[in-house]
Amino acid sequence: MNTVLSSPHAIGARSVGNVMGLVLIALVPATLAGFWRFGWPSVYLWLVTILACVATEVLCVRLRGLSAGKAVFDGSAVLTGWLLAMSLPPWAPWWIGVVGGVFAVAITKHLFGGLGQNLFNPAMAARVMLLISFPVEMTQWLLPTPDALPGALDALAITFGAGAPDAMSSASLLGHIKAEATKGVLLDQSLPGHYSATAFGMGERQGSLGETSALLLLAGGIFLVIKGVIGLRIPLAFLAGVVVPAAIASAVAPDHYLGPVAHLLSGGVMLAAFFIATDYVTSASTPLGQWIFGLGCGLLTWIIRTWGAYPEGIAFAIMLMNATAPLIDQYTRPRIFGRKRDGRSLNPAETVKARAR
Amino acid sequence: MGSPDQIPLSAASRLGRLLRRWGVHPDGRKHPAAGTEIAVLPLPPRLTLPLMQHIGAPARPIVAAGDRVLRGQMIAEAAGPISAPIHAPTSGTIAGIAEVPVPHPSGLTGPAILLDVDGKDEALETEGADPWTLEPAEIARRVSAAGIVGMGGATFPSAVKLALGQKKPIPTLILNGGECEPYLSCDDRLMRERAAEVIDGARIILRAIGGERVLIGVENNKPEAIDALAAAAASHAEVQVVAVPSRYPMGSEKQLINWLTGQEVPADGRAADIGVVVHNVGTAAAIHRALRFGEPLTRRIVTVSGGAIRTPRNLEVRIGTPLSALVDFCGGTTGEVARWVMGGPMMGLSVSNLAVPIIKGSGGLLALREEETADGADAGPCIRCASCVGACPIGLMPLDMAALIRSGDLKASVDIGLKDCIACGTCSYVCPSHIPLVHYFNYAKGELASQDKGKLRQDAIKQLAEERSARMEREAREKAEAAAARKAERERAKAEAAAKAAAKKAAQEAAKQEESTT
Repeated sequence: MNTVLSSPHAIGARSVGNVMGLVLIALVPATLAGFWRFGWPSVYLWLVTILACVATEVLCVRLRGLSAGKAVFDGSAVLTGWLLAMSLPPWAPWWIGVVGGVFAVAITKHLFGGLGQNLFNPAMAARVMLLISFPVEMTQWLLPTPDALPGALDALAITFGAGAPDAMSSASLLGHIKAEATKGVLLDQSLPGHYSATAFGMGERQGSLGETSALLLLAGGIFLVIKGVIGLRIPLAFLAGVVVPAAIASAVAPDHYLGPVAHLLSGGVMLAAFFIATDYVTSASTPLGQWIFGLGCGLLTWIIRTWGAYPEGIAFAIMLMNATAPLIDQYTRPRIFGRKRDGRSLNPAETVKARAR
Repeated sequence: MGSPDQIPLSAASRLGRLLRRWGVHPDGRKHPAAGTEIAVLPLPPRLTLPLMQHIGAPARPIVAAGDRVLRGQMIAEAAGPISAPIHAPTSGTIAGIAEVPVPHPSGLTGPAILLDVDGKDEALETEGADPWTLEPAEIARRVSAAGIVGMGGATFPSAVKLALGQKKPIPTLILNGGECEPYLSCDDRLMRERAAEVIDGARIILRAIGGERVLIGVENNKPEAIDALAAAAASHAEVQVVAVPSRYPMGSEKQLINWLTGQEVPADGRAADIGVVVHNVGTAAAIHRALRFGEPLTRRIVTVSGGAIRTPRNLEVRIGTPLSALVDFCGGTTGEVARWVMGGPMMGLSVSNLAVPIIKGSGGLLALREEETADGADAGPCIRCASCVGACPIGLMPLDMAALIRSGDLKASVDIGLKDCIACGTCSYVCPSHIPLVHYFNYAKGELASQDKGKLRQDAIKQLAEERSARMEREAREKAEAAAARKAERERAKAEAAAKAAAKKAAQEAAKQEESTT
């Protein structure tokens, strides 16, 4: 019970559970599209990952001697699991979701002090851990074929049994062009037949469970902006960080560098820009800092995609920027009213002079 | 210039407004009180007049128990340059001077004059004057004598701000009709019903400070007040009524100045340093009455509202009336009152005792139900959502300040702006984790103040001790010097005596010799 008697005596309607709930709602359309496209295995994976996160949360909170009910109902563990599931290959085996979920909640969140204290985004840290530890399972990209999906029972065998049949998986666009490029095949050869902006916009491509429907993710992001849950600074800066260098590079050497639209519509750019980089806890808090943070995420993503060893760099980019966020905040504090940037008071004489001019 | 209009601002100011949208839009809840005419509250049987109703030194009583006083008669005088006298709000007999509960969240008591009301409401003969025949200094003197203090709640003695103009004319007077606190509508009703008084008061203040223009800032959720003021100001070209956005805390002095003029009050300075002085619209009306009719400040308009008040409305109340009389007049309460608040919900004080009187700065009395208060909202961990950073009108980082205070590092929180915090409550309001941020800041400010006090005390003791040892040293030295001087004196005397004796002897011997030669 809050017994603080000092002002203000009224508070706004928004609560942490409320914020998390709105984010979950915004994720629904893209998630449903993922289910439709990748079938029952993706539903099972999604469920298993979220359950693993919630169970780990309850366990950690119990171990720390806190009230478990409150921690679960704030929705943060569900959101972590959901976001992690969105970034996993849709037919990944169940233990990928469990290992990732336990790592995300226990290691990345609670070892750092629980809600609000984690340095790294739990979903991204878990994804990076999984990618490094289980590279085969984490790169099984499925061709989206809604017509030929297994039934609910067959799907159980895929998620909890043998895994995805090899015949159905193939490389993602980013993986494909990276592989071709190492063989010396340029984009004018490797791209045709693998990329179409309209198909990619609608989500008809290989990719993680929830990252493929660029337009639905965008719609969810706009919903969050309208609801005031997230600001525009981080998503816009993120997209600019990818688009601007991609546009310049592809204009200079179109055979070597993928164009800006292809970058936006492939991999997890939309999911990350609106739902992952905007994570309150691990992003910058100052207005200027949020621009820098978003720009850094975008730029590093493009750099890793273009020159890195991995075809996709978003998780790495976000974790790198997570690590710099406290520093960014430190150096981008807003100017205090009545003071100069360096913290000294404005000089009345100067102010009056400025007015006279 | 009658109609509300916009002030031309530089492109930089406009861009700044776009980029930094500070503040919050709390649920106004101004109705139904704002829609109902001001009613006059009948005289209660006893008035309680605290000696401390203003910033500065408490007033000094000049009456004794048993004295009969008339309405408007001074019963306590100003004690010093920053203080304000107190006048009898009606006729009656002084019952005594006692310690009574005063409006303070701790339930502290303070000295107050108790006045038994006789119901005749006889007034002291007073005379007004034409302010345009008075010197600015005389206007300030009369405002001071009328006991007028800032009626928006700050309760700073108004005459002190009027006298600022005598050193150097202040070009701009801003009247604060923002009333950005939810529930409150006392200024709204005043502007609607007594616009001419407000405008006249503003022009009197302008004369006192030697100013050129009056800007009256009114939030755009009060269109009737804006129209009434604009009509009353129609024949006065120097008075401009400006609609400002309804956004809390627009009525904060620094924010209103910035919005209306584009200027920023320096952090270490005052509004007068940039040629602006701000008064509340209620203060302007009080100054009008003091100058025109010689009437001291003995009553004010109070909004009685909140979900638990049966018929919320605005009342004109004599200073010193117990809160319970206001509640009774408004039909009492319905349902359980979770919290009583004097002032607005964002910056008001919670009170526990309805015997507490209305004082000069009380603009509202709210009976809040549980769902209207922050009660029952458990504070959770900070999720660094930065809502507080975006909402802070000063540009502070409340989340970091609170984290530093929690870890006991008060000095570091000062380094990132604790002392610039105006305690407006915006950050606590928007916090989704319901962290009582302002509570942290007030605690830290109080703690630092007491540390400073303790340090001053320590310094004073240290200085005294040093002075004492210096004095002892000096005395010892002086003693030694005196002893040495005495010794030297003795030796000199001895030597002198010896020399004298030798001279005598020599003289004797010489005489003897002479004798022997003759």
